[in-house]
Amino acid sequence: LSMAGRGRGRGRGQMTFNVEAVGIGKGDALPPPTLQPSPLFPALERRAVPLPGGEEGEYMLALKQELRRAMRGLPYFVKPGAPRRDIERYSDKYQLSSPTDNAIDWNPDWRRLPRELKIRVRRLKKGRTTPLVPKQRVALDKEETIKKLESLEKKEEEVTSEEEEEKEEEEEGKEEEEEEYDEEEHEEETDYVLSYFDNGESFGPDSDDNGDEAVY
Amino acid sequence: MTQAELRLCSLLLQEHFGEIVEKVGNSLLRTGPRPLRLLVGDTGLLPDQVKKALCVLIQHSLVRYEVQPRGSVEYEARSERILRILRYPRYIYTAKTLYGDPGELLVEELLLHGHLPMSCAVARVADRLTETMEGKGKRRHSCDEEEEGESKAKRQKKEGGSSETPPDDGIYWQVNLERFHQHFRAQALVSAVASRMDQTSSEVVRTMLRMSEVTTASGASHTQPLSSNEIFRSLPAGYNIGKQVLDQYLALLADDPLEFVGKSGDSGGGTYTVSILCEELGVLNQKHSQPLELSFTSAPTDLHKALVSLATATLESIVEESFGSRCARIFRLLLRKKHLEQKQVEDFAMIPAKEAKDMLYRMLSENLVSLQEIPKTPDHAPSRTFYLYTVNVMAAARMLLHRCYKSVANLMERRQHEMRENKRLLEKSQRVEAILASMQATGAEAAQLHEVEEMITGPERQQLENLKRNVNKIDASENQVDETIFVLESFIESTMKRP
Repeated sequence: LSMAGRGRGRGRGQMTFNVEAVGIGKGDALPPPTLQPSPLFPALERRAVPLPGGEEGEYMLALKQELRRAMRGLPYFVKPGAPRRDIERYSDKYQLSSPTDNAIDWNPDWRRLPRELKIRVRRLKKGRTTPLVPKQRVALDKEETIKKLESLEKKEEEVTSEEEEEKEEEEEGKEEEEEEYDEEEHEEETDYVLSYFDNGESFGPDSDDNGDEAVY
Repeated sequence: MTQAELRLCSLLLQEHFGEIVEKVGNSLLRTGPRPLRLLVGDTGLLPDQVKKALCVLIQHSLVRYEVQPRGSVEYEARSERILRILRYPRYIYTAKTLYGDPGELLVEELLLHGHLPMSCAVARVADRLTETMEGKGKRRHSCDEEEEGESKAKRQKKEGGSSETPPDDGIYWQVNLERFHQHFRAQALVSAVASRMDQTSSEVVRTMLRMSEVTTASGASHTQPLSSNEIFRSLPAGYNIGKQVLDQYLALLADDPLEFVGKSGDSGGGTYTVSILCEELGVLNQKHSQPLELSFTSAPTDLHKALVSLATATLESIVEESFGSRCARIFRLLLRKKHLEQKQVEDFAMIPAKEAKDMLYRMLSENLVSLQEIPKTPDHAPSRTFYLYTVNVMAAARMLLHRCYKSVANLMERRQHEMRENKRLLEKSQRVEAILASMQATGAEAAQLHEVEEMITGPERQQLENLKRNVNKIDASENQVDETIFVLESFIESTMKRP
């Protein structure tokens, strides 16, 4: 086994091919061996050519930034649910939280999308305020219980929506009753016009980007 | 899909649609088509979040879905389409140059919303126009639709019972990106003619292309023949060149070795065609102000050759900017001569041996140039083998395209980093702006306004200006790199299509 290494290293850097053909003559100094990965920001030998300016470039730049800004405000920009506050505040009851995961805030054409993507939303009717009441009472309890109940609710929703899907697969061709989306689910029943309410926290660190736009 | 493409797609989705959509898109891109429940499992998101994200992605044609024979639905991400988000500003700007403000706004609305019914799109554009300009909001804009729309008629399954079903319910329009790409290629051709010959010649070619826009199929190699009389009649109003002068220009163009224009007959004063696949020739040298030297060896009615010219022009430019003009000379030499030995390179390029060697090795290490072994004897003995340097254009193009994707991703990340670093200051600045605006609305005095302005200190102002300058530079660079991406992708795509 020790014999295998013999012969290597004799003469400077023997290669399997004739190095002269590639252009490394005898006695030429080879560049030093590389002992570390190349630097993260290798030095630029020559400056990059300046960007083309001009009207076209300027306009496209403005368009790009405008597009970015506009898309953040559209409903297609899916925001995660509002983070849970550390303390339950009185004002929470009156604040319109942005529609959480449960609602889709634009109206897609469901004829062009698979059924399974439809999110089942609880109907809010006069006669059915009872499901909401436990939700509100729950807000007064401790956080762990809240989380437990919410996860149970979600499970229930998942289960029901799964059941719905199975039913729908069985009843092909029949007219199905479509679930109505109620986008007013989050409108609380209070005497106050919610858009007038401002708890003065819009300058805080939790605010969204456009603090100067009114929240409806 | 390469890592670089994946990363870029990720960043584009995150920047325009948020992190939830990004996670879903990412999962589909990395693991391929899958049904909803696997997606939920992979991403760790709530089912409703995933559903919402999928709706958004499908709406914008970034994901397609297919109902499997057993009834389950599989979703698949469209990576090439996601990368097109980078090009949105170019589409909008082009629409503006071609069709003015209404066209620009229409394309913008369609890109923002994915697809829209015409009634909706037109209403939105009309609103925006009346917002900015009084009295110009017309509801009928028939010019835009043919060029930019792709209608999808759907049978109406059921009247929803809603109060107003618009008359075009179920018919949606979206932007036809491929048609824009055709236009960009045409632009490149006209540009090449302009820098190689003169403005008038390029106008002639532009006129010919415009006349053939609708009659030429997207993948065609030539336009339909156009008679010089027709061309003469279609020249733009400002061009008062005589018929004979036009004929001279056409003859010049037809004689040019680049063969943009070919003469195909003598009827009607001579009929001419434009080799559209020459439209792949471009002055794609965004980095130089001087016109490129494009070298051709054969008739560009051969699509492949034309696109090679395009790609090689870009490669040459990149070599020149990265390594210098002598290196570029060696590179062009290798492109022309295909295979050269070390000694031959030194001789033909007239560069001393040591320098030539050094340059070749540098290009070799960057994979712009490769070594080809030609054995003289069956035993492939190294001393009896030719070692030839060569440029593999396709490989180099792919490598550079990959680098472009990486560059854009890096630029985006850096830009986001800059914004995050200055977040506090940006928010403060926005608040001050808001306060100033409301104060001005209520008619505050100059002194009060000044006091509010002072809330942002001098150094802070400086910092904000630096930030703005940097972000602008990065954004402009992203636009720039996308131009190169377009060129390289066009070349690679069309080369792959060859039988």
